[in-house]
Amino acid sequence: MAPIQAQTQASPAQARFYDEMNSASGELRAHYQGYVDWFDGMSAERMTRKRQEADALFRRSGITFAVYGDEAGAERLIPFDVIPRIIPSHEWLALADGLRQRVKALNAFIHDIYHGQEILKAGRIPAEQVISNAQYRPEMQGVDVPNNIYAAIAGVDIVRAGAGEFYVLEDNLRVPSGVSYMVENRKMMMRLFPELFARNRVAPVEHYPDLLLDTLRAVAPKGVLDPVVVVLTPGSFNSAYFEHAFLAQQMGVELVEGQDLFVRDEQVFMRTTQGPQRVDVIYRRIDDDFLDPLAFRPDSMLGVPGILSAYRAGNVTISNAVGTGVADDKSIYPYVGEMVRFYLGEEPILNNVPTYMLRKPEDLAYTLEHLPELVVKEVHGAGGYGMLVGPASTKAEIEDFRLRILASPEKYIAQPTLSLSTCPTFVDAGIAPRHIDLRPFVLSGNEVRFVPGGLTRVALKEGSLVVNSSQGGGTKDTWVMEN
Amino acid sequence: MSMLSRTADHLYWMARYIERAENLARMLDVNNRMQLLPQSEREVERLWRETLDSVGVLESYFNAHGEKLVPAEVVHFMALDRNNPGSIYSCLRSARENAHAVRGTLTSELWETINATWLSLQSYDIGQMGADELDAFFEWVKLRSHQFRGVSFATMMRDEANCFLRLGTFIERADNTARILDVKYNFIAEAPRRDDAGEYYQWSALLHSVSAFEIYRKVYRDQITPSRVAELLVLRNDMPRSLAYCTDEMLAFLDQVANTRSQETQRRAGELAASLRYGRIEDVLESGLHQYLTKFITRINDVGNRIATDFLMPVTA
Repeated sequence: MAPIQAQTQASPAQARFYDEMNSASGELRAHYQGYVDWFDGMSAERMTRKRQEADALFRRSGITFAVYGDEAGAERLIPFDVIPRIIPSHEWLALADGLRQRVKALNAFIHDIYHGQEILKAGRIPAEQVISNAQYRPEMQGVDVPNNIYAAIAGVDIVRAGAGEFYVLEDNLRVPSGVSYMVENRKMMMRLFPELFARNRVAPVEHYPDLLLDTLRAVAPKGVLDPVVVVLTPGSFNSAYFEHAFLAQQMGVELVEGQDLFVRDEQVFMRTTQGPQRVDVIYRRIDDDFLDPLAFRPDSMLGVPGILSAYRAGNVTISNAVGTGVADDKSIYPYVGEMVRFYLGEEPILNNVPTYMLRKPEDLAYTLEHLPELVVKEVHGAGGYGMLVGPASTKAEIEDFRLRILASPEKYIAQPTLSLSTCPTFVDAGIAPRHIDLRPFVLSGNEVRFVPGGLTRVALKEGSLVVNSSQGGGTKDTWVMEN
Repeated sequence: MSMLSRTADHLYWMARYIERAENLARMLDVNNRMQLLPQSEREVERLWRETLDSVGVLESYFNAHGEKLVPAEVVHFMALDRNNPGSIYSCLRSARENAHAVRGTLTSELWETINATWLSLQSYDIGQMGADELDAFFEWVKLRSHQFRGVSFATMMRDEANCFLRLGTFIERADNTARILDVKYNFIAEAPRRDDAGEYYQWSALLHSVSAFEIYRKVYRDQITPSRVAELLVLRNDMPRSLAYCTDEMLAFLDQVANTRSQETQRRAGELAASLRYGRIEDVLESGLHQYLTKFITRINDVGNRIATDFLMPVTA
């Protein structure tokens, strides 16, 4: 096999993107040296065989996800790339500081919004942006939550545009998923290439479920010494069901569905073979809207009637808290820097992507003039659905989207198209650079903790910037090198 | 010791469906052997009709295929027909769905065993199978079921989850052994008188179908007689597929999970197990084996239903 560097030398067209392995002048970045030394002794046949082996193992162990719109019960593999994304230790440490700061500020913001609303009174964020936001939950006003932690689990999407230049794309504070793939990808890499880990000092990630359990226990209702923790799933047909089952099993707690729980005297119980058993902490993987048919959507079959009253009474912890969506909404995103300054008195470490809010006439006008250069997203969209990537779209697609924006501009935001960094990836044509992002998982209990790295998603289509698994994205093992 | 009722329910049914798939394979396998023996077409048809009837799918077969029984079609219907909820295919699908719903409760080895079985099943196309390949298919189903039990035995913690899994296995097996014995015993007994050799092969096929041929030899060291076959499969509590053995096991696992509501269920299970432990084959045959087995199936399913109400159904109080 040709040396990996030769295969992934950026062509002039690609040179404007930062590559994680090779510098613009074609030199190997130092933190990839150990990997490349090993890789260059590898044959193409062996790599192909290893990739097939990974697919077969993922399939057999049912590490799959269900795709909405496919026939019922259809399960797909998320493509796994055998070439790791490597982050040098000093870069991770800087990122980690930024994440810690950001998530602290976000939790402080949510607490403030549901209590004194000081930040609104100070005029730092327009009040109507918050109070009239669909994600704002008046039911939470004045409700205290343990440790004042609302988003105990955050999945912050990060992209790199240049050396040391990281941007936050989104703060996922509701039910971020993907962490099981982070752990499974590492296990897979160690199984396929054990010798690699003997030669490289890669920071471990497999203890994530321990940290998660610790975090969930830390936010138990006051006075509960040995809390009963459960994971609440919508059920085995949910796209992320594998992850729910994985986390429950790894933490050694019950995986429950709504029908397994009931509320009596403002306390939550699960139905067991030996009668009702009290539940103290619910790591829920269903959205607010479906949690409690008495409080939110009455047609929800997934939730637990009366659970919100038990929650408001402080008898059970729901994690993440109800109403965190008010802080990760795309219309609130532009103000996170303000939150850091207001609550922590610090300058934000991580950059936000400049964002045009199309409800503002001047932003709308600018956006309509520059559609071919911009990325336009729905304020409430997720999963890579309902977005326009200007540079990658045809004229017809752009015009089509223009009409949608004009029909209801307040539903959209626009951002400059970032030059997402690339990472060498094993695709059908051989090894080639593909765009990537990173989702670290930030846990807030008694303190903010994480495992080094996160989930790296990769857009497998050449030139594509959309990394979502529902849109043909894959994943990579993410290495943070230890010094 | 306690666990989610829904989880217990999935484990119980997962085990029942695996066991049912295995016993279907056993039943189809013995039929294939029996129809190789010289006999009239009418007899062969009776064999298949009674088989369909014994597992309660005769009518749905007629609805799908008409009143004429074509052995190859019956085999396909019972083995791989996706629209027949009682086929081996459907049982393995249900087992996998139940396992999937509680995969976090299973050891990863056990989950992978069930998932891999399901994935491999997709590659079988019975339309293309000759008799020898059919044999191999039934062997494969049995083997996967053995593997399921072996892996669960070797990797699952001995907790309540394990108890409900075993309860499913033994209740289903007791029911299935009773049905196999009922339909075959009747078939052989009512067949036109043939030479001893012919009858020998019929009985030995029945014994083979429940892995009892070698055991029979070892226990009786004598020729095969109908009453001994019945005794072995009903009353021998050291024969792992007999009714006596299955009810003993059922009772033991039931006692381990007992809760405040389950006394009557335990009593009935205990009464049933005692009647087998202290029963005599002469009494069983005197009242008629068919009547005896029909009553047994009713009683074992009564215990099964009571287990569902006592443990597996969501209860608020």
